[in-house]
Amino acid sequence: MGKTIVCDGNEAAAWGVSLAKPDMIAVYPITPQSSLAEHLTEFIASGRLSADLMDVEGEHTVLSVLQGACLAGARTFTATSAQGLAFMFEPYYRTPNLRLPIVMAIVTRDGISPQTVWGGQQDAMTVKEAGWIQMYAESNQEVLDSIIMAYRVAEHPEVLLPVNVCLDGNFLSYGIEAVSLPDSRLVDEFLGEKSTNWHAALDPERPMAVDPLTGGGSAQGASMFVRYRKGQCKGMQKALGVIEDVHAEYAAKIGRSYAPLIESYRMEDANFAIMTIGSMTGAGKDAVDMARNQGKMVGLLKVKTVRPFPVQALCRSITNIKALGVVDRSVNYGWNAGFLYQEVLGAMYHGTTRVSAVSFIGGLSGSDITVEKHFRRVIDVTERAYRGDVVKETIWLNEDD
Amino acid sequence: MKKQAKRMFDPSTIPDDLCPIATEFFDMQVGDWRAKRPVVIRTKCTKCGTCWAYCPTQCVVERDTWFEADLKLCKGCGICAQECPRHAIIMVDEEDS
Repeated sequence: MGKTIVCDGNEAAAWGVSLAKPDMIAVYPITPQSSLAEHLTEFIASGRLSADLMDVEGEHTVLSVLQGACLAGARTFTATSAQGLAFMFEPYYRTPNLRLPIVMAIVTRDGISPQTVWGGQQDAMTVKEAGWIQMYAESNQEVLDSIIMAYRVAEHPEVLLPVNVCLDGNFLSYGIEAVSLPDSRLVDEFLGEKSTNWHAALDPERPMAVDPLTGGGSAQGASMFVRYRKGQCKGMQKALGVIEDVHAEYAAKIGRSYAPLIESYRMEDANFAIMTIGSMTGAGKDAVDMARNQGKMVGLLKVKTVRPFPVQALCRSITNIKALGVVDRSVNYGWNAGFLYQEVLGAMYHGTTRVSAVSFIGGLSGSDITVEKHFRRVIDVTERAYRGDVVKETIWLNEDD
Repeated sequence: MKKQAKRMFDPSTIPDDLCPIATEFFDMQVGDWRAKRPVVIRTKCTKCGTCWAYCPTQCVVERDTWFEADLKLCKGCGICAQECPRHAIIMVDEEDS
């Protein structure tokens, strides 16, 4: 039987990693990820986790050595935040192209400048187009469970892509909750044999050159390059179904279930809804409950999987509402709005329902999105949009805090 | 070109749209990129080896009494001509030769 412990999100992540039994870990400390790195090194030092720990000089090397380890057949893990992720970007951007099933936690933090060490999702959202699968957790329990599930998704032969499990810096990384540890034998059965390099390997028994020069205008270069790009898109799209299947299998085996793509909360009879991501969702649900008590027909949609974006799931979830207030913890400078808001606008083009959408940005650089002040405002403004007001301006929730 | 000691991995056993891999060697003829070629004036060459030491592509080969570039590999950068203490190497336009 598993047991229940009390811990913060970084420790929950480390427990998830130790249950997934990676062969190699490379991790470079950075706020707010540092205690995750410390827990992993402690688990390795105490023998709880028998993985090789690479001591490297920075995040660029972290991911580079893990690429090599993965190509040599290892199950791998790392975690980073903000500027660490920025420094990692060169190998980060290459990992999905090599189809390497590496799992990395992003302990999300706002981007510098202005100088900040606090939570926000600017880091993960900025890199979401690089080809990694991204899942955002709401609770510490979901962090642990999602890291285990991430290996199944990443190593699925028809997906074979790296996965980010994103947990909100400060709110989850340092927030303490009760967390159930699943039985290690059940996790072993759930994960099965690791399989990371059957398609490309650093292996003297199977000599091959990995990632030769491909493309250019001559011979079949152009068509080969397109083939790899399309293959990557195919793996990404396949991931949507695999993420759903893996969540269902996890629920059956371990006994905890989560909405794999988009969760619907009190949506059955809702006229309008708010959309949340990550740890803010608990406050959002409380605000929805309070508004319901006042007779407002509001629901909540929580996005777990951002990459690949669950277009069909989004279109299905909004068929009965007329307005949606999307709350982002990051800024899309190019659109003067939130990233998730922009995703929703894009997805709606693929469906038949157009709702009036409003962009809210809050929780930047560790600021709080409270039930009473901020979510109440989100619900009030979205209700106005439901009643016909046109709200075009992005609303900055912590502007007056 | 097959130059392997061990049999290479058979890529036909895996989907061809995953990670790019290669199982055959292909010699890129970088000499084709050259706009100027180095020509050694053998009466001036003392076989000191300066050109051999400086060549960034290491394409300078030793002959009986002189050194010269292997034109399959020489990109025509001209460093050998610049560095030769005897001014024994001149760069000649490929179009003229």
